[in-house]
Amino acid sequence: MLLVDHINRSFGTKQVLHDVTFSVDSGRMTGFVGANGSGKTTTMRIILGVLSADSGSVLRDGKPVETADHRRFGYMPEERGLYPKMKVAEQIIYLARLHGVGPSVAQRNTATLLERLGLADRADTPVESLSLGNQQRAQIAAALVHDPEILVLDEPFSGLDPIAVETVQGVLTERAASGVPVLFSSHQLDIVERLCDDLVVIADGSIRASGSREDLRAQYGNSLYELVAAADVSWIRDVKGVTIQSLSGHSAVFKAENPDAAQRVLRAALERGPVMRFALQEPSLAQIFQEVIQ
Amino acid sequence: MSEYRTPSFANSTSLVAMREITMKLRSKAFLISTAILMLAVLASVLVGGILSASTSKTRVAATGAAVAVAEKVPSLMVTEVDSVSAARHLVRIGTVEAAIIPDDERGFGVSIVALDSIPQSLVSALSESPRVELLDPHAINPLLAYFAAIAFGLVFFMSAMTFGTTIAQSVVEEKQTRIVEILMSTISVRALLAGKVIGNSILAFAQIAVIAGLASIGLTATGQSSLLASFGPSIAWFVVSFIFGFIMIAALYSATASLVSRQEDVGSATSPVMILVMLPYILVIAFNDNPLVLAIMSYVPFSAPVGMPMRVFLGQAAWWEPLLSLAVLLITTTAVIALGSRIYSNALLKTGARVKLSDALAR
Repeated sequence: MLLVDHINRSFGTKQVLHDVTFSVDSGRMTGFVGANGSGKTTTMRIILGVLSADSGSVLRDGKPVETADHRRFGYMPEERGLYPKMKVAEQIIYLARLHGVGPSVAQRNTATLLERLGLADRADTPVESLSLGNQQRAQIAAALVHDPEILVLDEPFSGLDPIAVETVQGVLTERAASGVPVLFSSHQLDIVERLCDDLVVIADGSIRASGSREDLRAQYGNSLYELVAAADVSWIRDVKGVTIQSLSGHSAVFKAENPDAAQRVLRAALERGPVMRFALQEPSLAQIFQEVIQ
Repeated sequence: MSEYRTPSFANSTSLVAMREITMKLRSKAFLISTAILMLAVLASVLVGGILSASTSKTRVAATGAAVAVAEKVPSLMVTEVDSVSAARHLVRIGTVEAAIIPDDERGFGVSIVALDSIPQSLVSALSESPRVELLDPHAINPLLAYFAAIAFGLVFFMSAMTFGTTIAQSVVEEKQTRIVEILMSTISVRALLAGKVIGNSILAFAQIAVIAGLASIGLTATGQSSLLASFGPSIAWFVVSFIFGFIMIAALYSATASLVSRQEDVGSATSPVMILVMLPYILVIAFNDNPLVLAIMSYVPFSAPVGMPMRVFLGQAAWWEPLLSLAVLLITTTAVIALGSRIYSNALLKTGARVKLSDALAR
């Protein structure tokens, strides 16, 4: 488990991180979301030791992370980059060797990853001759080649076509399933929603919410219910503790101030006739995000 | 994970150095320019050898009794002709430099016919000379000193420029392509810098060693080994001080280059260092006959790799002077590396506009 513990950081007079605290659990995909400039990249750089924190610490299984530990991390920076004139496989092997992987393992891992990412036929192409999407895949291979024990990926899905997104999702969930804590940021909330187990929301350098996706839904869901009945449902207006969001003939969307109020609506509807549909509307990540950062 | 081991500083450094060397050796431009440089060195040695061999023989025409006199002088290449008029003709058309003809009038037995000037070397070769005692028999021929100045200056300047620029470009390439962020999260910035400096230094030394080797073989093959012997000690000092001088320059190049983020800006960012590299070259050519300037140059760290070997060659340096100069150079190099790596590590993540030197030194 990785714990980011009360990290503060300023650039000049501007404080960009305020007491940032959250954890990334083993075997979980943790989505890290926030607007541009909210502090995601700075936080990730501090986790990787590329930047130092002014105060606070990063702990792994309770112990402070040291320089040597960073080599066991896999990192994909937001600003992509590989050596343009080096061949794909050569370059990934080189990065694996810098991480301390032996030559034969480095070669084997590189071959496996390139195969998995659909880049095997490009192994001997210089990176500068690859399409942007393929460069991105090579970048992901570079982050994974040393079998990292912790993965930190800054916007791993940006610039990928839908097929590549599928592939990368597959690779990342495999890693998480094998027990690796995975922290990834993304602007694409639909991908985060589909992929993450846990969520961390940051705004203006402060963590606004963190926890499992279900907990956050329960916590920040605005308790919207949908009712579709055989008969007209305009009577709902008169039920206590209920606010109508939208109403049209046989269907309504309403907000209940507590679960009991919603159940009262359901009983009343059944008394009046058949109920076709009654459901708690799950808030989307986008809705939670909006609510949290306000 | 059993195969994993934490890479040591030396491990990381040598991986980085190996990559620098491999990539440079793969560059066609580098291979071609190196080949041209080698050919130029070899050609200048060979041409020098041929010129010195041919100037040692003066072509003369001789006739009659003068033939025997001319053939006694080893430095002459004698063409025997039938008559005085034939000899005069050969002088006029330039086939020979002078003619030696029989002449009994002045008691020499021969006289010399030349075209438009008195051939002094021929005259003295045929004359009885008084004994000459030289008070400073080891003074170096000024032309040879000039040649040595150009050689030391040019080799230092060319190598420092070539490999200094390579380091600068490599630093900016990593910054521009942002791979530096991955590198910084993997190995220490010091290992990255050390690997770059060492990799390029090895290439620079290899190039210098090949040049020195080619020059030595060429000098020996063309029978100029006495020249080689007089250059020996100064070449040795040149190589030793070049090693440290180049490391210092490499550190400066990487530090200044790290301030910018685009290849287009490398030139302007590193130009102060380039001036430091060019100055000794210009100074040694202009002032190789001025002992005071050379003495100052031989202690200033930036010009010491050129200035001190020059003084050793000219015999102007006492035995302890190269050692003192080397010590000064070593101390400066250490200080420059410390300063350079500070600038380098602070500026690496600051992309975009050029980083101010004061900001890079601050934190």
